[in-house]
Amino acid sequence: MARFALVALLLLLAPMASAQVTDVYNFETTQQEQRFQDLIEELRCPKCQNQNIADSNSPISKDMRAEVYRRMRAGESNDQIVGALVDRFGEFILYRPQVEKRTILLWATPAIAVLGGLLVVIGVIVRSRRQTNETPELTAEEKARVAKILAEDDQDKRA
Amino acid sequence: MKRFFLFLPLLIAVVLGVVLFAGIGKDPTKLESALIGKPVPAFSLKDLNTPETQLNETLFKGKVQLLNVWGTWCPACRDEHDDLMWLAEDEGVSIVGLNYKDNRDDALVWLDRLGNPYSTSIYDPRGTLGFDLGVYGAPETFVIDEQGVVRYRHVGVVNEKVWRETLLPVINDIRENG
Repeated sequence: MARFALVALLLLLAPMASAQVTDVYNFETTQQEQRFQDLIEELRCPKCQNQNIADSNSPISKDMRAEVYRRMRAGESNDQIVGALVDRFGEFILYRPQVEKRTILLWATPAIAVLGGLLVVIGVIVRSRRQTNETPELTAEEKARVAKILAEDDQDKRA
Repeated sequence: MKRFFLFLPLLIAVVLGVVLFAGIGKDPTKLESALIGKPVPAFSLKDLNTPETQLNETLFKGKVQLLNVWGTWCPACRDEHDDLMWLAEDEGVSIVGLNYKDNRDDALVWLDRLGNPYSTSIYDPRGTLGFDLGVYGAPETFVIDEQGVVRYRHVGVVNEKVWRETLLPVINDIRENG
């Protein structure tokens, strides 16, 4: 019961944690508003280690939101807007860094990990297949022993 | 070959260890400026002391200078002020001040009371030049060469240690190698 109450309390408090950003921007269409929202959600606040500028209250995030809005109003494309901010604050602000020579390893790591895992699995399967396919060959001596044991077994049953 | 695979986990652990160890002690709040190697952005702002004087980016041509971003609202700026005075008066360093998101009266009282280490002070109440410089928190100090190109950015307080170990070597490098 106490645990349930705690969970309920945390759930009630959760919206308060993210409902502090108060500045209001006006848009003509909901698409524009959505575009603005998408943009500020994928830009990272340079002052706060891991928060996007949509959630952050820091003065610099406020300035960045205003700049995104101003540039959107001026008719710039998403790439132009993001590019203008990266020119000032660096690639740190990108949650999804550009794919280029320097970041290729970062982007390729999941694929490399999956590929490595697949190779291991394939290796294990191939090895176990090979073992079951090998029909055990008996030497003539062993065959004679088998026949003898089976014969004795028959005699026991008859007795 | 089989024996090699036995050592693979050890190898991975060692490589990961080296990579992660290199990251220990790095301060993640300090970012390298995106402006390094680029000229100071164009601007047109008033002088803090004389509002009728209009300043622009040509201010940074001709000699190696520091650009110090500060505001009276910034406690760490108070901490470094005495060291900036020492740099300007005893070490003969030319420091341009960028009064960032502040108001003129407060700033002038501050400089009057604590001393003025700045050869020139740019008044940027709305933080436009600060934004173009990628300033994300005061104090920040830029090293700018005689061509007006940003060579280094230090985030945080400047003190004797930062000057000796970080800023002075950058300035010496500019003077020796251009």
